[in-house]
Amino acid sequence: MAMQQVLIVGGTSAIGEQVARRLAVRGAMLYLTGRDGGRLASIADDLRVRGAARVAPEGLDLTHGPALAGLVSRAAQALVGLDTVLFAAGLLPDQARVNKDANLLRETLAVNATGAMVVLNEAAAYFEQQGHGQIVAIGSVAGDRGRATNYAYGAAKGALEIFMSGLRQRLQGRGVQVLLVKPGFVDTPMTADFAKGPLWASPERVTKDIVRAMERGRSVIYTPWFWRWIMLIIRHLPERLFVRLRF
Amino acid sequence: MNRHESWGRYPQATPALVTRLTDRRAPLPPSDHPRLVYGNGRSYGDVCLNDGGEVLLARGLDRFIAFGAATGVLRAEAGVLLSEVLDLAVPRGWFLAVTPGTRFVTLGGAVANDVHGKNHHRAGTFGCHVRALELVRSDGSRRECSPTQSPDWFAATIGGLGLTGLIAWVEIQLSRIPGPWLHAESRRFSALAEFFPLSEAADRRDEFTVAWVDCAARGANLGRGILLKGSFAPVAAGRGTPPKAHGRLSVPVTPPFSLINRLTLDAFNALYYRKPEDAGLTHYAPFFYPLDGIGHWNRIYGPKGFLQYQCVLPPAVAEPALRELLARIARSGEGSFLAVLKRFGGRVSPGLLSFPRPGVTIALDFPFKGQATLRLLDTLDAVVAAAGGALYPAKDARMGPAMFRRSFPALERFMTFVDRGFSSGFWRRATL
Ligand SMILES: Cc1cc2nc3c(=O)[nH]c(=O)nc-3n(C[C@H](O)[C@H](O)[C@H](O)COP(=O)(O)OP(=O)(O)OC[C@H]3O[C@@H](n4cnc5c(N)ncnc54)[C@H](O)[C@@H]3O)c2cc1C
Ligand SMILES: NC(=O)c1ccc[n+]([C@@H]2O[C@H](COP(=O)([O-])OP(=O)(O)OC[C@H]3O[C@@H](n4cnc5c(N)ncnc54)[C@H](OP(=O)(O)O)[C@@H]3O)[C@@H](O)[C@H]2O)c1
Repeated sequence: MAMQQVLIVGGTSAIGEQVARRLAVRGAMLYLTGRDGGRLASIADDLRVRGAARVAPEGLDLTHGPALAGLVSRAAQALVGLDTVLFAAGLLPDQARVNKDANLLRETLAVNATGAMVVLNEAAAYFEQQGHGQIVAIGSVAGDRGRATNYAYGAAKGALEIFMSGLRQRLQGRGVQVLLVKPGFVDTPMTADFAKGPLWASPERVTKDIVRAMERGRSVIYTPWFWRWIMLIIRHLPERLFVRLRF
Repeated sequence: MNRHESWGRYPQATPALVTRLTDRRAPLPPSDHPRLVYGNGRSYGDVCLNDGGEVLLARGLDRFIAFGAATGVLRAEAGVLLSEVLDLAVPRGWFLAVTPGTRFVTLGGAVANDVHGKNHHRAGTFGCHVRALELVRSDGSRRECSPTQSPDWFAATIGGLGLTGLIAWVEIQLSRIPGPWLHAESRRFSALAEFFPLSEAADRRDEFTVAWVDCAARGANLGRGILLKGSFAPVAAGRGTPPKAHGRLSVPVTPPFSLINRLTLDAFNALYYRKPEDAGLTHYAPFFYPLDGIGHWNRIYGPKGFLQYQCVLPPAVAEPALRELLARIARSGEGSFLAVLKRFGGRVSPGLLSFPRPGVTIALDFPFKGQATLRLLDTLDAVVAAAGGALYPAKDARMGPAMFRRSFPALERFMTFVDRGFSSGFWRRATL
């Protein structure tokens, strides 16, 4: 499987960076976005040393709508072609803060849902015309059911899942793979303040699953695998019971 | 808050605050607590522990910065592991100029303890191959240090026990290798007196030498052991597939008691000594890192953990002093699982507090059995002190201020470079 020219939105995320490293070792060309220019530059240098044939960074704020227009074609131009787009950015705010701050609610949706959809829709058009390509987005188990502690984030991830499902149907038979990755708890800066337990996975672990799913052309995966079974149960709990749960 | 432990699992510490570093360009987070950087916790005692203070985890600083495939010059963030350096360098024909007996240590940790390896007789310490580093201090200052730029800060930071500030990145010179294979040979010696001529001869011919001593042997057998030597071999010599970084063996949980007792030790030592003399090709991993194949081997010592004891003895008195140390250990019945013996060479490290110096070094493990163990180690200190030797802080959990001062004549000068915002369990104990 040739994954040569890859755009990673959220290349500064812990998971996005790990995926980039795996691709760099194989000599891929990478176009990375993030807000933090310093870290973006450090990551770009690292990926070059690891073997990336080319690395081009772009400072990008997903809440800034106009900046999103044309991102996919900018990446394709810089890398002289494009065959994969990975959306790995994310914002997980404290729900209690969101409940007091409408702007934060809007920002949560702008980063995790609207921003992702704008970019992925451009990727769909680009790959549809090209006749091949792969679209990968990182959703979350939080998108499977709304919970009191993270329903703004969960709603955005759930919306992203429906969007991806629509893209998959639209691109069926057009040579374009559409993969949604649903991680459980991952130990990254996003979850730095959470107490960690046995269900937690490392970004390296999750990355291994993501790259394998990309190679195999999968549609939806949970990672680590056991989340599939946990979420199967959670999704099927009757609402009357679910609302009483505290977790 | 999380408990923190070092490789010896004694002592354990509970920091007030744990912060993960991810951006080498960022200033240190503000703090009311004394800080300490934690690399990968492969030190044995408490140089990497900071009970009640703030611990800065360096493993998140794990990016390469630049690599010259033609020059072998590598610059990388200080949380990069030596194993990650090898993964990058070996396929391109380069190796670490100096490596300790485990590859799961960070570049920052290798600098802060100025670690040594099986080629000290030729290459000196890790610090001899550091071209530059960046030091970030509590006062917000950042300094690029090298043998020519801020050389005094450079000297204080090499072997500086993490007390001069955060090392953000390190630039090292790698050394050329023909491939991942070594020609290795092991030789038996039946008494300590044989070790000296045997290792001297090996040091003249071979890049890497180290010896293992049977600590349970007494009387005429005292100091018997095996000398291992090797050198990198032409690439065509290699066959087969290199073993995996992590073997499948692991000690998954801590057994409720130590698996190391008198019986298992005697049996192990006797068996090891009977291992036939051997020569042949070996991959670098089992040659340099025999224990890295067993995950968490430190757990076999049980919940109380264990202590390492590593000293260096000046050449003139090394033999009688070693004899006395081994006799005291054999008499105590607290035999050591691994006793490693090596001659240090004369190459001088730039580090003010660097441990290696000409002479012979021996490293021993002792399961922690409370006061009895501590008393035994005190009696060993007396031998080392009388011989004019020194103890290695990276392996220490108990030496007192007097022994520390004796071991490091440049201590006073070093103190002027210590960052007031930094401290460690070791530092509070050994400079009381
Ligand atoms: C099986 C085994 C074999 C070993 N063999 C050898 C050997 O042959 N020779 C030898 O010399 N040692 C040996 N050691 C010891 C080991 O190499 C050292 O203790 C090494 O320093 C551990 O590195 P670390 O990254 O785990 O650092 P830690 O143990 O976490 O920390 C060590 C010191 O470095 C400081 N430090 C770490 N990172 C930074 C940073 N970025 N900035 C500032 N300070 C920092 C810490 O504050 C602490 O003082 C061995 C250890 C094991 C477990
Ligand atoms: N960690 C988990 O437990 C977990 C679980 C399930 C799913 N996920 C998902 O996995 C993906 C990666 O997560 P992670 O934990 O690796 O993340 P992370 O390390 O916290 O990184 C977050 C990323 O999102 C970017 N980002 C945030 N706000 C942005 C904005 N307004 N504009 C542009 N970029 C913005 C950040 O860019 P800067 O670095 O430049 O700020 C960074 O690249 C995310 O989609 C996340 O939702 C994570």
